[in-house]
Amino acid sequence: MSGSNARNARRRVVITGLGVIAPNGNGVAEFELALRKGRSGLKTQQSMIDAQFACTVAGTPTGVDALCKSTFSEEELLAMNMNHRYASLAALEAWQDAGLERPSRDSDVVDWDTGAILGTGIGGMDTIAEKVVPFTNAGKVRRMGSTSVEQVMASGISARISGQLALGNQVTTNSSACSTGSEALVMGMERIRAGLAERMLCGGAEAASHYIWAGFDAMRVLNRGSNDQPEKASRPMSASAGGFIPGSGAGVVMLESLDSALARGARIHAELVGGMVNCGGHRMGGSMTAPNPTSVQRCIAGALADAHVAPEQVDAINGHLTATGADPKEVDSWEKALRRRPGTLPPITATKSMIGHALGAAGGIESVASVLMVARGFVHPSINCEDVHPEIEKHAASIPHEMRELPDLDVLVKAGFGFGDVNACLVFRRYRA
Amino acid sequence: MDRAEVMDRVVKILTPWVKDEAALAKVSMETNILEDLKVNSARLVDVVIAFEDDFDIEIADEDVDKVNTVGDAVNLIAGKL
Repeated sequence: MSGSNARNARRRVVITGLGVIAPNGNGVAEFELALRKGRSGLKTQQSMIDAQFACTVAGTPTGVDALCKSTFSEEELLAMNMNHRYASLAALEAWQDAGLERPSRDSDVVDWDTGAILGTGIGGMDTIAEKVVPFTNAGKVRRMGSTSVEQVMASGISARISGQLALGNQVTTNSSACSTGSEALVMGMERIRAGLAERMLCGGAEAASHYIWAGFDAMRVLNRGSNDQPEKASRPMSASAGGFIPGSGAGVVMLESLDSALARGARIHAELVGGMVNCGGHRMGGSMTAPNPTSVQRCIAGALADAHVAPEQVDAINGHLTATGADPKEVDSWEKALRRRPGTLPPITATKSMIGHALGAAGGIESVASVLMVARGFVHPSINCEDVHPEIEKHAASIPHEMRELPDLDVLVKAGFGFGDVNACLVFRRYRA
Repeated sequence: MDRAEVMDRVVKILTPWVKDEAALAKVSMETNILEDLKVNSARLVDVVIAFEDDFDIEIADEDVDKVNTVGDAVNLIAGKL
């Protein structure tokens, strides 16, 4: 390594595996097809109607029970709530996509070089609402059985996956509201760069539960105006965006040191060349529920600097873009951070237009989408914004309403912002040896 | 209900928690629930709740401590019917 600069000396981190459970597709192949076609996974939810929500639309994965039955034992499933199921299915797909064998339950071999940072925003709320609270209030604590703690503890999903895959490196769950999944990738990247792990499964999961969504409905941040048209209810960047639509699922990527990936001949989807997390301190326009624009711009610029990528080199943006009043401010931050003028902003997409806002899973699922776009050279459509918001109108040409093939797509930047004024930004790049 | 019938139901209740299916295939009154069937010890409380529900009985914690084999469970349950 003598003579090389610090940039070359840093360990490179690549993506060798992808796994996803999303409202518009389970598994990477189905999800990619849905993204390309702009297929919405949003549906009317009877549970929200019954509980008299103002918004009765959400994004929930379908067919998960059948997948679980063919993937996990009956004993495992007895202790796996929805969060565990989504996270485990996505993690296992990422593991197998990375070319790794699922270890036998009877084997005592532990993979000391692989860990997991799998986050969640709210966690096992369904278990709390359906088991812990009713049994406790009825004075029947004993009848809860043995499986409630592992399903409601914040680290339940990463703990579950470590057991399924015999992981022996750091195994933890991060939580930073809606930036959770993106933050997990930044943390995993840093750990691999530091030489503390060779592979890290990173991403996020969130259950589909009206108990999770109730508080958001009470805040009046969900779109209550499109209940009769579920597939049109999530409208990021549009003039008619009336709030977000809750989503759910899980997205997991296998981050791996380039050394390890090359040594075992793994297929490389893309490179994670940089990332950053920060917080706006609830100042300068930021609050518990609104992002400080200066901190957002610092996060994007910081991620690019970390990646050694100039703002002009960015070819595509996968935004946070939830379909709330924050969208115009976010687009303005992209313009400033990337030093662009109207008409020169790269294509900007909102995966949430198709799957809703999957909260703690959003960054994981949208990172899978981002990696697919870089690896295959396309940007998926951002649907439901035929009526571009007046403040975003100047960037209207940058919003793809149909899938665009971009064979030269080199750098895609993905950001996620969360309650608490927290931000995470990731820079994905096409892999070159 | 005779003990053979209780045994059948006990084995059926245990089945989802069993990790050694070969041991389950040759289960007997002497089969140890934790050591042979490899049931996770933390899950015994779930098994006991299932016994209580299925047989409509109550099992005290002290009695649970004395259950090691399938036969122990069958005898404990049969004594309460």
